[in-house]
Amino acid sequence: MSHAEDHEGTRRDFLYYVAGGAGVVATGAAVWPLINQMNPSADVQALSSIRVDVSGVEPGTQLTVKWLGKPVFVRHRTGAEIQEAQEQDAEGVDALPDPLARNFNLSADAPATDANRVMPSPEGEAPGAWIVQMGVCTHLGCVPLGDAGDFGGWFCPCHGSHYDLAGRIRKGPAPENLPVPPAEWVDNSTIKLG
Amino acid sequence: MSGIPHDHYEPKTNGEKWLNSRLPIVGLIYDTIMIPTPKNLNWWWIWGIVLAFCLALQIVTGIVLVMHYTPHVDLAFASIEHIMRNVNGGYFIRYLHMNGASLFFVAVYIHMFRGLYYGSYKAPREITWIIGMLIYLMMMGTAFMGYVLPWGQMSFWGATVITGLFGAIPFVGDAIQTWLLGGPAVDNATLNRFFSLHYLLPFVIAALVIVHIWAFHTTGNNNPTGVEVRRTSKAEAEKDTLPFWPYFVIKDLFALAVILVVFWAVVGFMPNYLGHPDNYIEANPLVTPAHIVPEWYFLPFYAILRAFTGEVWVVQFASFITGGIIDAKFFGVIAMFGAILAMALAPWLDTSTVRSGKYRPMFKWWFYLLIIDFFALMWLGAMPAEEPYATFSLIASAYWFAYFFVILPILGVIEKPLPQPETIEEDFNAHYGKADADATPAE
Repeated sequence: MSHAEDHEGTRRDFLYYVAGGAGVVATGAAVWPLINQMNPSADVQALSSIRVDVSGVEPGTQLTVKWLGKPVFVRHRTGAEIQEAQEQDAEGVDALPDPLARNFNLSADAPATDANRVMPSPEGEAPGAWIVQMGVCTHLGCVPLGDAGDFGGWFCPCHGSHYDLAGRIRKGPAPENLPVPPAEWVDNSTIKLG
Repeated sequence: MSGIPHDHYEPKTNGEKWLNSRLPIVGLIYDTIMIPTPKNLNWWWIWGIVLAFCLALQIVTGIVLVMHYTPHVDLAFASIEHIMRNVNGGYFIRYLHMNGASLFFVAVYIHMFRGLYYGSYKAPREITWIIGMLIYLMMMGTAFMGYVLPWGQMSFWGATVITGLFGAIPFVGDAIQTWLLGGPAVDNATLNRFFSLHYLLPFVIAALVIVHIWAFHTTGNNNPTGVEVRRTSKAEAEKDTLPFWPYFVIKDLFALAVILVVFWAVVGFMPNYLGHPDNYIEANPLVTPAHIVPEWYFLPFYAILRAFTGEVWVVQFASFITGGIIDAKFFGVIAMFGAILAMALAPWLDTSTVRSGKYRPMFKWWFYLLIIDFFALMWLGAMPAEEPYATFSLIASAYWFAYFFVILPILGVIEKPLPQPETIEEDFNAHYGKADADATPAE
């Protein structure tokens, strides 16, 4: 009766795989909520958008605001700084460790020129007068210091990353330029983040 | 439990027999504490007891601290000050817990380097070694998360930097980091989950410690000669060993008492010496401290993490052949975890058939250099990220990897070991005189 034995074996095998498969699915279904609960909760996830009054930010100073739990640098450049930034820009994008603009408001492959990093200036101001970027070092997330480093821009004290006047990484372990968050002018003295 | 022949527990009274036939727990405890232990163990073998004490100390003081601590970003820092100022004896319990972590790591590092010198990781003790490395990893995780709980500046920025390590993983890094933090940045969700895990992990460690003990009770202890205990008969085994209780328990407790004198002096008179003053400033997401330094016990591996910047040719080569997937940041993370993995792989990287470094004339010097390297990395990890420290870090990191991946494999082939004693008894008698001269002091 080998045929019948084979038949029975096949049925057993089938049940074995069905039961095993159901067990795996049930385990996965039970484990997933336990993993997913650690993802950002609804209140954290709710996309926050803030308006920043920059009327008090004089040329040569910087405002740091908290957005999504992280600092954002709003820098008002002086004429001399704009000029120095353009001199740094003249070295060309290819000389930079990270040649991409990392500007949320532009396409992902925009080159890291100074013009692609700064905010469009409001009326009556020189181009490149405002630059808004995340104050989070792209190495391991420290807050870089302003007016510091070998390139006149920002310097991260944690592991020694130097950013230039356009927030582009020049030296040190950080792999990318400081990201530019979604930002736009609401009026001549208010920037909307997010 | 042990492969070494010895007397086992025999229930004598009716009550003992009744219990033993239902749950042989007395026999298990008896066999565990009466385990035959090589009688030539030196003072480097006392750190296991110190580690067991540290785990108990941390669990007990930790449970008590939780009764007064509040895991919330607005209240955590204040609740620590509440413990320090208002809770009866709270300041001392907290200082014990803080410095207990340091004693724990002092003990674990000595215990690990003991194993590395005397070849305790070699066959048949690889499982003991691997379990030990898992315990060490869990200790680092627990200590890191515990350091976040006071919600000071170092807590916050340490958490930011260390969770940033996971963000360096290609493609999925950002998602993993967000998942770990429970949001775009370190915040209340992070503090709460770290608190939960900081409470959980010590109990996981306790379970692993039992497995660790189980493993080396199966193989028997290593000893300073690296020569195995004779197992052909009980009489022979007894010439090489003494029962753990009372001989080694008393010796270990004496050593523990001496260590605790020093420990209590530190806790009492210089409790913040090993800490960082910035952690008494409440966490501020908008300001990074000028110089982020991890706790001392992380410094050697932190130095390795920072050593591999984009200017190093190995990093540039790795980036080139992976098409940029492995950048400087990810390379540093791989190097840091790789440095720990290298230790875990020691049983398979060391090709020498001789266990103990005592009989390995060339190995000895490389090992001493490794100890110096470890302290050098520890010093470099605390220095700012600039020259000349960056170059020194790179050299010291290179030696760490060279020791495990080049020196250990090659030494086993080219080294001519010194003669080893035939038995543990022979080694013991050479040091302490014959066993029949028990009553007189050793010569």
